[in-house]
Order: sequence, then C-alpha cells, then structure tokens
Amino acid sequence: MNVAVPVQKTTDVLIRGVTKVFRRSPAEGDVHALGPIDLELRAGEFFAVVGPSGCGKSSLLEIIAGISEPTEGEVLFEGKPIRGRVPEGIGVVFQEDACFPWMDVSANIAMGLRNMPIGSAEREQRVKGALEMMGLTEFRGSYPTQLSGGMRQRVCIARTMVMAPRLILLDEPFGALDQQTRLLMGEEMLKLWRRVGTTIFLITHALDEAAMLADRIGVMSARPGRLLDIIETGWPVERTSEVVTRPEFGQITARLWKGLREESLKAIRDDRAAP
Amino acid sequence: MRHLTLLRILVVVAAVLVIEGLCRIGVIGRFTMQPPSEIIRDLYRVLASGKFNAAIASTLMNSAVAFVLSVTVGISLAAAIHRRRIVREALDPLFATYYAIPVLAFYPLLIMLLGVGDAPKIMIAFMLGVIAVIVNTLNGLDRVPKVLVKTARVLQMSPVETAVRVTLPFATPYMLTGIKFAVAYSLIGIIGSEFILSSNGIGFEISFSYNNYNNSVMYPLILLVLIIAIALNILLSYWEKIILSRRGLA
Amino acid sequence: MNIWLRWRGAVILITSLLIVWQALYWFVGDIALRSPLQTFRFTSGFISSQRYWPDFYETFIACTLAVLIATSVGLATGLVLGFARIAGQVFEPMLVAIYSIPKLTLYPILLLVFGLGMSAKVAFGAIHGIIPIALFTINAVRNIRPVLIKTGRVLKYSPAQMAWRILIPAALPEIVTGLRIGFSLTLVGTLLGEMFASQRGLGNLLMRAIGLHNVDLIMTIALVVTVVAAVGSSLLLAVDRRLHART
Repeated sequence: MNVAVPVQKTTDVLIRGVTKVFRRSPAEGDVHALGPIDLELRAGEFFAVVGPSGCGKSSLLEIIAGISEPTEGEVLFEGKPIRGRVPEGIGVVFQEDACFPWMDVSANIAMGLRNMPIGSAEREQRVKGALEMMGLTEFRGSYPTQLSGGMRQRVCIARTMVMAPRLILLDEPFGALDQQTRLLMGEEMLKLWRRVGTTIFLITHALDEAAMLADRIGVMSARPGRLLDIIETGWPVERTSEVVTRPEFGQITARLWKGLREESLKAIRDDRAAP
Repeated sequence: MRHLTLLRILVVVAAVLVIEGLCRIGVIGRFTMQPPSEIIRDLYRVLASGKFNAAIASTLMNSAVAFVLSVTVGISLAAAIHRRRIVREALDPLFATYYAIPVLAFYPLLIMLLGVGDAPKIMIAFMLGVIAVIVNTLNGLDRVPKVLVKTARVLQMSPVETAVRVTLPFATPYMLTGIKFAVAYSLIGIIGSEFILSSNGIGFEISFSYNNYNNSVMYPLILLVLIIAIALNILLSYWEKIILSRRGLA
Repeated sequence: MNIWLRWRGAVILITSLLIVWQALYWFVGDIALRSPLQTFRFTSGFISSQRYWPDFYETFIACTLAVLIATSVGLATGLVLGFARIAGQVFEPMLVAIYSIPKLTLYPILLLVFGLGMSAKVAFGAIHGIIPIALFTINAVRNIRPVLIKTGRVLKYSPAQMAWRILIPAALPEIVTGLRIGFSLTLVGTLLGEMFASQRGLGNLLMRAIGLHNVDLIMTIALVVTVVAAVGSSLLLAVDRRLHART
C-alpha cells in the first residue's frame, strides 16, 4: 500500500506498508509472517500491541528496531528511514534474559553507554542514576545469576534507560514473570515513562496489561499479522494500576477480547513453531 | 565441597595402601611391580640423579608447543568456519568420527615425511588436540543466545566488537573444555609417539627401561607422567570452576 | 529431505580428502607415500589374498572382547555412580582426572601383569573405553528429568516398570553417545596395543611394515583401519542422532 501519509511533526515513528516474508524451500512454502502494516506512533505516547501467538508481533518490533529488514515497505524514525542498523536513540528490551552473565550489574548497565562520547565521570553518574531508577543500587556488584528473573529484567531496562533513548521497544518484557511482579513492573514502567517522556512501544499477550498501561492499543490478526483495530484508552497520564478498577477498563478489555478471540482460535489451529 | 575432597583423598590413600599390602605379601610379585613406597623412593632417586632431566624437559617442551598450536589454530579455525554452513556440513562427519581413527598409526608416515625429530611428534599431538578444540569452540559459539547478539546490535556494537565483547566471553567455558582436552592430547600425542619411535623423551625412557626389565626406572617415570597429567587436569578444573561459579553455573 | 542434501557434506569431505591425498603424493613422492589409486589397488589385493586373514581375525577377536569388557564395566560403573549420589560425586572427578593420563604409559604395567598376548591388548583396549562410557552414563542418569520420575510415581509404576518405561528410555540417548565414543576409543586402543606387544594382528603387521619400510603395506593398513573405524563410527552416530532427535 503506497498511500502518501502526511508526516506530522508529532509523529515519531512511521510504518508504511511493512511486510515480512520468510523464504523457505519450495517444498515447505514461504512463511508470510507479517503485513502489510501501516501505523503511526505519536511522539511521547505509550502504544501497546496485542495479538495471538505467531502473528508477527516480534517480527514487527525487530523491524522497527532495525534488527531485521522488512520484505516490503519502510519504517521512518524521526523522519529518517531505518536501513539495516539500529538507529541511535532507540532502546530495546527483549523477553529473554539479555544480561551478560560474565559481568556484574553495574558493568551490564554501563554497556549501554559504550558508544557514547561522554567522560567517565558522567558515565558513573548515569549508571548510578539508572541503578536508582530501577531500585538496583544495593545489587550493583551482584552477578545476573544471583538475581531473580524480575531483577534481571530490571537490569536490562536500566541498561536501556541509561542511554536516554527517545523510543523504547519492549518485546513481552514481563512474559517470563509471575502475575504480581508483572503488575508492579507495569507500574514502574509508567513511572519511568512519565519521568522521561519517551515514546514506548510495548508488545504483550496480556490484555489487562495492555489495557492498563497504554494510551492506544493495536490489535493484530493471526498470521499474516495485520492491524485489525486501534483502541484509544483515554487514560490520564498520571495513571496507576488503579485504573483496573474503573468500568472503562472492563469495556476496553472486553473489546480487545472480542477482536482477538476469533484470531486466537485461528492461531491455535495453525499452531507451528515460529520460523 | 571440602567434605568430598577429603573422601577422595581417603579413597586414593586406601587404594595405595591396599596395593602396598598386596606387594609386601607377595600377591603382586616383585618382577611385576615393586611396592608403591619403593616407587616413590625410586622416583626421588630418578629426579635427583638428573639423568632423565633432558628427557623430561624435551617431552614437556614438545607437549607445550603442541598445546599452544592446538589451541591457537583450533580457536581461529572454529571462529572462521562458524558461520559457513556448507563447510561445517562437510566437516561434521569428520569431527564425529575423527577420534575413531588411530592417529598414532600415522606417526611412521609422518616420520617419513618430516624426518626423525620433534616435528612429527608435535604434528601428531597437534592433530589429536586441534579437533577437540575446534569442536568445543564451535559448540560454545553455537550456544550464544540470539538475544545477546541482538542486544549487541541495539547497543551499536560493530561485528568485531560483538565477537570480542559478547560472543567470546560467553563461549569461554566451552572453549575451556576443549582446552582441557588439548592438554591431555598434547601429552598423549608426544609420549605415545616417543613410545613408538624415538630416541629421546619420557616415552622413550619408559619403553627402554621396560625392554631392559628395569622396574626401578620404569615405574617412577610412569608415576611422574601420572602426576603431571593429573596435576594439570586439577589446575584446569579449578580454573574452570572459578569461571563457572561467576556465572552461577557451578 | 532429498538424498543429495543428506549426503552432501560427507561427499564433499571425502572428495576433498582424496584431492589433498593426491596432492601430497605428487609433492612428496614414492619414498614416503602412495597415491590413492595405488593404495586402492594394493588394498583389494591385500583383502582378497588369504595371507592376511589370520591377522584380521586376531584383531577382530581382540576388538570384540575389548568392546564387550569396556561396555559392561563402563555401563555398570556409570549406572552405580549415577544412581548413588554421594559415590558419584566422590568418584566422578577422579575418573575425569584418570582419563587425562596418557594410557600408553600404563601399557608396560599391563604387559607385566598379563604377559605378552591377547589379554594384554584386550585390557589395554578396554581401559580406553571404560571411562568415557562410565562418565556419559553417569551424566545420562543424573539428567533424567525429575518430572518424569514424578509422573511414574503418580502412575503408580513398580520399580521394574519405572526402569523399563521411564528410566531406560530417558537415559538411553546419552548412554548411546557414550557407547559410541567408547566403542571408537576402544578400537583405537586395541590397535595401539597390537602395535607394541603382539605377534599377530593388524597392529603388529603395521609395525613390521614400518620396520621393512614397506610403504604400500603401511598405506593399506592405515586405509583399512581408518575406513572400518569411520564406517563403524558413522553407523553408531546415525543411531545416536536418531535417538537424540526424539528428545
């Protein structure tokens, strides 16, 4: 789809006609994982994507990050196209544990600052700040294997925050954690977001998480993933997990599920290991 | 942990005492082996006499050379072929069946090619050790989680930087396994070659003293080789444990 | 998967090895090598002539015995140490340390104990394979996932059923890997033993050929031994892979 979309000044990320096809042998058949997707992310917003497993959410995130290339279409970050490398100013938190196990917590966090032309004094400052932000100060000398899963994700988030990114991509970051920890981490993400004012793009399969955290929620179909709907939550910026008690929350979650149920059934029928 | 080490020491001591007893009673004849206490005494004599120092030095030097070659060439080759699928597919059957082949049987061939001297011995020891290093290094490189490589890209690392600062540290424990094998194989290759055909080295001396019914030299030398091999192994295992415990894997 | 893809790797490997061999021959000459073609011709003569069959037979018997001993002792040791937690923890590092000893240095001891002949080389071959088999078996037993055992208890399996339906299938892939490696090492060890203190067998034949500088015979024996070892090992590897693919 090649509709010329006027690029607003408040648009941070522009995704145009992105598709992703994994080529396989003729016997196996190509996997049409994603697309076409057209989406605009407004600067400073908290955008969540929900969808059944295998619908291409992670592929989309990696394309936005510049880690993988779209088969068709393009992505513009702050007006500039992303071509095969991760642009400066983007941070990513993955679902799997991405801590470097041979470094302690502060060394891990400092890795985020490697390529930045800043002096060691400021480096130390920023690392300290990130440690405080994520509540990790007393663990700065510990090694990742000595920490719980939730703490390790905090280390990865701290490593991302220390770069002061303008766009943060989160690929089911709390997927491996238990429900209570997830809710608390969600609240922390909101606090961070308010404090720093970045754009956040979150992928999650938990509907309540999306409904609680996001300004807008994109609903993706089963493979090949396309955007079926975009729901505006209308929450105030100062929200906490308290929003789950409001009646709108139930309506939003219900609307999400209504859109997703059919797609999830399709995904289960079609269930194969991801390419 | 201390508990276990103590048990192990007890087991070894008990075994030695049993053998000592069997020797003294005569179940193990003198012609076959002298009592362990005498072996230790003979070892002291052998070392003190200095007659075998040249042989010991030669064997250890050659083993060290073979070891360094195995490790450097092995790791470099593994890094070079790691991503080349066709090369790896071709080499895979070789790696899997390599240690079924009696490499030492090629030693005579190598002598014909390279002449009598240290070169063929080192070549054999190298051929034994390098494959273990390659296989284990490849294993380590394969196991680097994709998420760490993706993270390196997000952190703006160049391919070289990723290799040095992410892939290499992650793969280190696995490479260490290969290195431990290289140590063992270097000794085995050199000493084995010296047995077959050589004019110097510990292997030669053991073979010579065997042929001359000289137990008072043969057993101490065998014991010496045992001690060296086990000591190196323990050192490396200790080092490995330190690296692994840092990562909570030990 | 089509035939070519499956065998592509092995074909490329063998072709490359033949090319390297031929190139080495051109480079080095008749003094030390024979070309692939000459070796193949000599080998067919060697195998068909009945002169060397007693040697083949001797080596075959020795290898079979060594493999049987290595397998039984190794498996038994591995199973005992695998299931008996403390004994396993005590002895396993000792096995690993013993494994690093150049076994050739122990050969004179075996010769003194067993005398020249079959027993010595069978024992020598066996000690090459026992420790790897034991170590892999210990590992296989230790790595049986607890959840499988819990499932067996829930299904109220008797000890025999537990062993037959759960323990053995769960531990089998790793054990087979150990057997495969132990098998190859035992063969190598037996051959090595033959090279030193035997009057018969392929290993002894090789040593005689070396003494007489009979390059044809040296190349042939090396080729025969390599091919047999490689084929045997590949077959076991195929079994190994098949078992691991299930897990």
